[in-house]
Amino acid sequence: MIEQKTRKLNDDTRVAISMAAPALTGLFLFVVLPFALALVLSFTNLRLGSPLPIQFWGFEQYRRIWLDPSFRQALLNNALFALVVVPIQTTLALGLALLLNRPLKGMAVFRTLFFMPVVFPMALVSVIWTIIYAPGADGMMNAFLKFMTLGFWQPRDFLHDPALALPALMLLSIWQGVGFQMVIVLAGLQSIPISLYEAARVDGSDRWNQFRYITLPQLRNTLIFVVLVTTILSFRLFDSVRIMTNGGPGDATTTVMNEAIKAAFDQQKMAKGSAITVTFFLIVLVITLLQRLLVQEERTIE
Amino acid sequence: MATIKFQHVFKVYPNGYTALKDLSLEIEDGEFLVFVGPSGCGKSTALRLLAGLEEISAGKLMIGDRIVNDNTPQQRNVAMVFQNYALYPHMSVRQNLEFPLRMMQLPKHQRQARIQEAAERLGLVDLLDRKPKQLSGGQRQRVAMGRAIVRDPAVFLMDEPLSNLDAKMRSQIRTDITMLQRRMGTTTVYVTHDQVEAMTMGDRVAVMRAGELQQVAPPQDLYDHPANIFVASFMGSPAMNLFRTRLQKLESGTFMINMGDRPLIVNSSTVNRYQNLEHYYDQPLLAGLRPEAFFLPDANTPVDQCVQVEVISLEALGHELLIYAKAPATLTIEDNQAVSITNNRDDPDEQMSSVLIARVPSSRNIHPDTRLSLGVDTSKLYFFAVDGKAIE
Repeated sequence: MIEQKTRKLNDDTRVAISMAAPALTGLFLFVVLPFALALVLSFTNLRLGSPLPIQFWGFEQYRRIWLDPSFRQALLNNALFALVVVPIQTTLALGLALLLNRPLKGMAVFRTLFFMPVVFPMALVSVIWTIIYAPGADGMMNAFLKFMTLGFWQPRDFLHDPALALPALMLLSIWQGVGFQMVIVLAGLQSIPISLYEAARVDGSDRWNQFRYITLPQLRNTLIFVVLVTTILSFRLFDSVRIMTNGGPGDATTTVMNEAIKAAFDQQKMAKGSAITVTFFLIVLVITLLQRLLVQEERTIE
Repeated sequence: MATIKFQHVFKVYPNGYTALKDLSLEIEDGEFLVFVGPSGCGKSTALRLLAGLEEISAGKLMIGDRIVNDNTPQQRNVAMVFQNYALYPHMSVRQNLEFPLRMMQLPKHQRQARIQEAAERLGLVDLLDRKPKQLSGGQRQRVAMGRAIVRDPAVFLMDEPLSNLDAKMRSQIRTDITMLQRRMGTTTVYVTHDQVEAMTMGDRVAVMRAGELQQVAPPQDLYDHPANIFVASFMGSPAMNLFRTRLQKLESGTFMINMGDRPLIVNSSTVNRYQNLEHYYDQPLLAGLRPEAFFLPDANTPVDQCVQVEVISLEALGHELLIYAKAPATLTIEDNQAVSITNNRDDPDEQMSSVLIARVPSSRNIHPDTRLSLGVDTSKLYFFAVDGKAIE
C-alpha cells in the first residue's frame, strides 16, 4: 500500500515523455525515418524516373559499389585525408591552445581570430579558397609560394592537378577546422587545476616535463574526443569537394559523401546512393564505438 | 637541512594589494615554525614566496646560505604539501611518490628504494598501486606527505594540510606530522588558520595579521605574553575578554580597576609583573582576562574580587561550562579590527555592553537570564595600552 503510494509520487514517466517528445519527434522524422528508408532502399534497384518496376536486389548494390573504382578511390581519399589532417590539425590545435592559454592582454582578440574560420559558411570559404588557388602566376597561392621560394616556384593549377588537388583541400580543411579543435583543447587546458602545475614545479619539473607529465595526461580524454570528431568530419568531407573540384580531376578528390550525392542526385540512382550512405553510417558507427571503448577504459582505471 | 631567513620581504601584487609588509624572520635549522593568522593575513603568501611559486617584490629571502630570490622552485630543493594535496590524478600512488625522484633523475633502483622507505614510514605500502581517486582523505594526505619526504628536501612547506580532514583524523595526523618532523629533523614551515594546530605543533609560532608579523615566539610564550591584543585574542579559544578600564592605586597601596561600576581589587603580584605599569596609573588602558581566569565564587570569596554579570546563554561541554554573559565595559575584538577599534575609541569610560565568556567547571546551578556573580583570579590579568600593545 505504502509502496504503491511512493511509486506514484515518484513516477515522472509521463512528464518525462512529454518533455522529450518534441526532440524525439524531430529525431524520428529527420534521422530515424530517413535512415530506415535508406536502409530499405539500399536493398532495391530504385532509380528515379525509371519506367521499370522496383525490384528487391538483396546485397547487389553493396557488391556493386564495392567493385566501383570511384567508390574505392573515395574511401581511399577519405582515409588519406583523415590520416594527414587529423594529426596535423590536432597538433596545431594543441599548440594554438597552449599559446592562447596565457593571461595576456588582448588574448580574447587572438582567440576570436583563430576561431573565426569556423564560423564562416563552408560554401563561402570554398569560393574564397578557389580564388586563392587560382592558376597562373597571379594566383594568390602561386604568388605566395613564388615569393617564399625566391622565385623558384613554377605556377601550378592546384585544383586541376591530380597530385595537388587533394593536398589543397587538406590545407583548406586544416585552416578552417583548427579553430574548433583549439577551443575544445583550450577548455580542456583550463580545467586542469593550477595546483598540479605548482606541485610539479616544486617537485622539480621544468616546462617540458610539466607538459609531458601533467598537461598531456590530463588532456587525454579531450584529445581522444578531438581526434575522433576530426576523423568523423574527415569522412563527411563534402562541401569543399563539391564546390571546388567536384571530385576531380578524375577521381582524385572524390569522397564517400560526394559519391553518395553523385549517385543519388546526379545520376538519380537512389538505391546506390542509399547503399553508400549506409556504408558511411557503418564507418562512423565503428569510429564512435572506438571512442566509447577508449574513453570507457580510462573511466574504469580512475 | 637549512636555515631560512626572511629579510625585509615585501609582496605587492600588480593591482597594488600588499600581501606581505616588511617580513623579517629567521627560522633555525630543523625548526618547526608555524605561520598562523586569519585568512588574508599573508601567511600563505609567505609560504608561496618560500616555495618560489611567487616572486618577491622587495627584500631578501635565504635558504641556507643561498639567496633564493631569483631561483625557480626546482632550484630550491623544497617540498610542499598543498591544502588540496595536488596529487597527480592520472598517476598511481607509486608514480606520485616517484615523480620528484624522476625529476631528480635518480637511477631506478634508488627510486624504488626511496619509495619503499617512504611508503613504509607512512603506512602506504598497500596503497602503492591505487589511484588518488580510490583513496580516503586521510590516505591522500599521507600520500602528499610521502611525496614531500621521499626526496629528502632541505625544507618542508605545508599549506594548511589538515584543513580538508575531519576533526578526529586531524588530531591524529597532527601528531603524525609532528613526530615525523622530529625524526627527520627537516626545517618545516607550516601554515594554518587554526590556533590549536599552531599551539600544538610549532617549536615557534609566527602570528600574522594583514600582511604584518605580530609576534614570533614559542606557543606557551605567545599565550602567556602576547605582544598585543590581536595575538592575545587570536591565541586561545574562546578568545580573551578585553575591557576598557583604568588602573588606580589606592592610598592603602592596593590596586583596583573598574569593572563597570564596581571596583575590582587587583592582586599586587600582577602589578609587579609589569615594570612600566606605573606610567599608566589612572590612565585609560585595556585589561584582558582569559575565560579560565573566572571561577564560581564560594562564601569566602571577597566581594571586591567578583564581577556581576547577566547570563545570556550556556554551553555545557560535559567537563566544563562556557558562560556567555552580558558584561559591563567589555570590548570584543574581531580578528582584523582589533587595533583599529582601540584606536578609534579612546574614551575608556565608554560603556560597551557586550559579551563576556567565562570557562568554569560544569555546574547545574547556573541558568540563562539570571544574574550571576563570577570570581576573578586577578593574578591572570593582562594589561595593554590603548593602542593595543602589551605593556612591558
